[in-house]
Amino acid sequence: MWKYVLKRLVAMIPVLICVTFLVFMIFQYAEGDPARMILGFDATEEAVAELREEMGLNDPKIVQYGRYMWNLLHGDFGTSYSTRMPVVTELASRFPNTLKLAAVSIVVAMAVSISLGVLAAIKQNSIFDMFSMVLALLGISLPTFWIGLICIIIFSVHLDWLPSGGSEGLRSMVLPVITLSMNSVAAITRTTRSSMLDVIHSDYNRTAKSKGLSKSEVIWRHTLPNALIPTLTVAGIQTCFMVSGTIMVENVFAWPGIGRLLVSATQNRDVPLALGCIILFSVSFSLINLVVDLLYAAVDPRIRASYKNK
Amino acid sequence: MNKRNHKRHSQAYQIWERFSRNPSAMLGLAIFIVIVLLAVASGFLFDYDTVIIKQNFAERLQAPSLAHICGTDDYGRDVFARIMYGARYSLGISFTAVLAALLFGTVLGSIAGFYGGWADMLIMRATDVLMAIPQILMAIIIVSVAGSSAGIIAFALTLAQIPKFTRVACSAVLRVADMEYIESARALGEPGPMIIVKHIIPNCFAPLLIQTTLSVATAILSVSGLSYLGMGIETPIPEWGAMLSAARPYINSKSYLSIFPGVAVMLTILALNLMGDGFRDAADPKQK
Repeated sequence: MWKYVLKRLVAMIPVLICVTFLVFMIFQYAEGDPARMILGFDATEEAVAELREEMGLNDPKIVQYGRYMWNLLHGDFGTSYSTRMPVVTELASRFPNTLKLAAVSIVVAMAVSISLGVLAAIKQNSIFDMFSMVLALLGISLPTFWIGLICIIIFSVHLDWLPSGGSEGLRSMVLPVITLSMNSVAAITRTTRSSMLDVIHSDYNRTAKSKGLSKSEVIWRHTLPNALIPTLTVAGIQTCFMVSGTIMVENVFAWPGIGRLLVSATQNRDVPLALGCIILFSVSFSLINLVVDLLYAAVDPRIRASYKNK
Repeated sequence: MNKRNHKRHSQAYQIWERFSRNPSAMLGLAIFIVIVLLAVASGFLFDYDTVIIKQNFAERLQAPSLAHICGTDDYGRDVFARIMYGARYSLGISFTAVLAALLFGTVLGSIAGFYGGWADMLIMRATDVLMAIPQILMAIIIVSVAGSSAGIIAFALTLAQIPKFTRVACSAVLRVADMEYIESARALGEPGPMIIVKHIIPNCFAPLLIQTTLSVATAILSVSGLSYLGMGIETPIPEWGAMLSAARPYINSKSYLSIFPGVAVMLTILALNLMGDGFRDAADPKQK
């Protein structure tokens, strides 16, 4: 098992190197001269040329990339053009906010959706079942940022219960979490319900029932553990979606995280800052993928066995 | 030759037959057809310069009424006409992007699956790299460098969607590559590319169809999301996300402006999801 984890971690390295290379090269074609941007429009041509030389902007692109990666390995993401602060400092001050938002959202999403999905499956074809299925179908069809707008209209404008933005206190987190978790709640509910139904109608479940176990015992001991494997798969996919969902949600609710930082950095043509945000997003994305794969192995004995044979 | 055509026809026909017996899938198809018809009709009904983007301050910010069923925006333009016209951008960009991704992804995936070896290795490692960048992030990167025209957005989404199609095509090809009819085609000495085009791709029809439907949905979400962030289609072009972005200052007083364009996005995605579910059930009737 550990050998497999290590193998996967090592396999991530070339992928991430290629990602940084690709994104770095794309950003080389961004408009605007970084030296001019730093010095402002009043600076003389000589000063700009001097700074270009000093920043190494006249070197071949591949040399610049090598230098960027070398610094990256030493924890230096460069300096933001717009704030003149080290990019690392900016990222470090924003990343916990994004992490907090995404982590709370996925926990809320799983708690809500698994209960909904299980209940809907147990009470198949009831009003509750139909209601939650229609809700789930609508839920996966809503654009994330629009859920945010609707939440603001209902809870901030009309009811005046919750703030429409900012990051002070728990109250300001409620709407962003609802918004970010809505799509996932819908998707996980659907999968949980259908995999619960598969298991409920399976032979071993019927055996458990016919040997005289109580209904709750069957559900807890025999149905749930097996039904939750596909649920976990979808929850993993949804966690990956949350990485991009945070970009939308943070911008709707003015939440001070990496997603908001990224959008303002690209609008300001602040290449080092944008590059830092994108690398952070890609690394998180790849790590989440890895963790999800490992979780499958931990839950599903069949997958675990296939790793052992490798 | 005739026989082969007949078989290819029959697989799509079987899927369609099962699809048409599924009421929710047909509802999705009906909604989708209505949206496409409205988008096409808007080109004949409304003149772009005088109705869609012309400012008319006399009728500014009117609430929904019989004259303007979705109200008017801050420049006095009819919101319903703009939503109808906006479908052209959302659908146009998304379909272009997804069809291009379908084409490239299928070709790359079939090559990887059929030939294996270093071609497989190279193509799959490249998809790993592209897949490490989420779709909206890819769009933000490319748009921020190359500008936010419809063509650039479509290109960015194509790039982001290719890996998914490559993987679907590759695994579909691997599933059929060992079938006897492929073996017999090989034995008859048909060249590889010919086998891929004539025998393999038609038999991978179902998974690619499902992936196409779902990809159009995510592409539409990305197009509107990008415009909402102010990085996609810009006002006064009536793209749904751009309209929602322009409505943001009026969210307290004129909330209807923030509702209707979102309903349009939701209905389109809902229709595509219903169709995608329908195709999946129709392609694999055993699975419930």
